[in-house]
Amino acid sequence: MQADYFAFIASAYGISALAILALALWVFLDARAQRRALRMLEAQGIRRRSEAGGPSGHAAEAGR
Amino acid sequence: MTDVSASAKPSRFSILANPTRFLELSGRVQPWLYGAALIAVAVGVFLGLTAPADYQQGATVTIMFIHVPFAWLSMMIWTVMSLSALGTLVWRHPLADVSVKAAAPIGAVFTVVCLITGSIWGRPMWGTWWVWDARLTSVFVLFLMYLGLIALTRALEEPGKSAKSAAILVLVGFVNIPIIKFSVDWWNTLHQPASVLRVDGPAMPAAYLTPLLISALGFTLLFFALHLTAMRTEILRRRVAALSRLAARRAEAAH
Repeated sequence: MQADYFAFIASAYGISALAILALALWVFLDARAQRRALRMLEAQGIRRRSEAGGPSGHAAEAGR
Repeated sequence: MTDVSASAKPSRFSILANPTRFLELSGRVQPWLYGAALIAVAVGVFLGLTAPADYQQGATVTIMFIHVPFAWLSMMIWTVMSLSALGTLVWRHPLADVSVKAAAPIGAVFTVVCLITGSIWGRPMWGTWWVWDARLTSVFVLFLMYLGLIALTRALEEPGKSAKSAAILVLVGFVNIPIIKFSVDWWNTLHQPASVLRVDGPAMPAAYLTPLLISALGFTLLFFALHLTAMRTEILRRRVAALSRLAARRAEAAH
């Protein structure tokens, strides 16, 4: 294998891995932050109508 | 809006339209999707890195096993967003806008790594990091469109307010996808023409084609896994926003 190509291949794979790992980390941290925020609101007794009352809610309302 | 749960037998489409059901189902699918994605990416990259050197390109051909999947994904993600945009405009599907908003940053990342790996591959093979030829320029434009879409979907404070304008931008931007695909045939480019999706079959030996397809499958699964997680987060974000408004209204009423 040509040694002068190694830096190109390693940097292509390295940069891609870093970028995708950073993306995955951001997706994960964002998910955790929203779960936490929802739990805190629910701990304050603020619930969605669908969960407080009847067994199911309106699709349109839940999406908002 | 009719109550979905009131009808006797809701279709699969309307079951998925209920975000609560979506959260349940996606939560169950998610770990399997991540598992399958990681296995396929690992196998594809391993086979790719151990593939024999190309007689013309030498060892740099190994860059293909990530560059080409990233390029395919950059176009596929915009296509997924275009289908979602139709969902927003035609059926007013409550999750369609969530899908567009969640996919945009993932698409931007895959597009930028496509550009970077291509540039790193171009330096030793073409003798230049970058040329403004049709293929490279059209993918760069795609990247800018992703950035514009990200800005648009996050410009308004209330999540979901920008749904319609974002859907229109996505559909207008879809024009670029066939331009990217056929740019290598329509114009004289430094970039090589298609070697897998061709009328006369792939022009590539199995030693390269197999790792390429496994790697592409892996990154595609990875996209869908990340997209699912991001969509779930977006649904939660909208609930948090709605509940925060509710809390603010209650606090105001109490005073």
